[in-house]
Amino acid sequence: MALSVEFKPVFDCVGWRVLLSLQGRQLGCERDGRWLFEGLDIDVNSGDIWHVTGPNGSGKTTLLKVLAGQFNEFDGVLHWQGKPLGKGREHFASNMLYLGHLPGVSAGLTPLENMAWYQALYDERSDETQREDALAVMGLEGFEDVPVGHLSAGQQRRVALARLCLTPRALWILDEPFTAIDQAGVEALEAQLIVHVRAGGAVVMTTHHVLDIDHPLHHVSLG
Amino acid sequence: MAEPSSRRLGVAIGATLMRDLKRVRRRRGEVLNPLVFYALAVSLFPIGISPEAELLAVMAPGLLWVTALLATLLSLDGLFRSDFDDGSLEQMMLSPQPLAALSIAKVAAHWLFTGLPLALMAPLLGIMLALPIHSIGVLMASLALGSASLSLIGGIGAALTVGLPRGGVLLSLLVLPLYIPVLIFGTGAVQAAILGDAVLPHLAMLGALLAAALILAPWAIAASLRISING
Repeated sequence: MALSVEFKPVFDCVGWRVLLSLQGRQLGCERDGRWLFEGLDIDVNSGDIWHVTGPNGSGKTTLLKVLAGQFNEFDGVLHWQGKPLGKGREHFASNMLYLGHLPGVSAGLTPLENMAWYQALYDERSDETQREDALAVMGLEGFEDVPVGHLSAGQQRRVALARLCLTPRALWILDEPFTAIDQAGVEALEAQLIVHVRAGGAVVMTTHHVLDIDHPLHHVSLG
Repeated sequence: MAEPSSRRLGVAIGATLMRDLKRVRRRRGEVLNPLVFYALAVSLFPIGISPEAELLAVMAPGLLWVTALLATLLSLDGLFRSDFDDGSLEQMMLSPQPLAALSIAKVAAHWLFTGLPLALMAPLLGIMLALPIHSIGVLMASLALGSASLSLIGGIGAALTVGLPRGGVLLSLLVLPLYIPVLIFGTGAVQAAILGDAVLPHLAMLGALLAAALILAPWAIAASLRISING
């Protein structure tokens, strides 16, 4: 079956009532006696796309994990909506979507079941049509009930990326989202990023792919 | 922005439990492994020691319990392995729900497809070892109660070693000492039942151990998972 990806936003997220802000001040992280980054300031606001660049092993993934609140051993402070991240942890977690190197989809479950679990996990109404729509946007029509383990690497990645359409999250933190995705998928994802930031969301991402995005990019270079 | 809420924690726990049960239903081998091990190992004892009923009946409580404990140990490594490998654990950690609560759901699923079937299978093996019929009920009750503690305590070890490529031996070393109290009161209950002594004190102790494990283990599992993921 030929995969056709056609972009359409499945959620209307125009105008977050609160503008989002994630501030990092003097961020530093040491691993194995080596400073990956030090004294780093970052201000992520509504409408921003931050592109974290640097050679392999320069700490891009670590920086994203720090920003996502996953990795706690770092110097400096993080503020979410003006308050230290530790206090607003739950609020942050329900407004942030992190996609790492690992897809976070279970091979033993179908894409639909994976999506249903995420809806429950993230405290959202279980909605079958929403799940099907999200998968359709990622070109997975007809694969909804095939166990993820039987899908190709690119398709597994698409299942993970379908979470972007599944639920409105203000802040996206994406670690190499373009890995294993074909050209059509890349274009669809780029279009999706733009729609997201124009609607008031924000994106922090790493990628070695040259971004073809009609939107001002903020850069952080590491290493 | 989406409103944060912990009101639907129950939904998240239920969904995680169902998800694990669904996965297990599709990969029956994982469930059958500990059960087959249990049946095979127990059936070797009459051959290896002696088929004499009186001798076997004396040893039966210990044999049944030790083998059940080893069967549980065998199944522990898979508890968090696939979620760790595919990144689901990372996502659980980043979700608005507390990781301790979600890990309870995973441990509960583990007990439902390991501990509970072991307890249900035990009567058959008990009869094979000439265990007196009147103690079979206590054997099942003690195994059902005790194996829940085994799953919880084992979860801590599994969470600590999930990041290691071959953590199996380390897992056993970590977990076995903590299993000893459960083993003592578990076999104690069955022996008391055979001798006609009071069974309830032993079962009460097993219940107390389970209560303590229920309170403490989830936090320990969550903390261990954090260490493993960020390690």
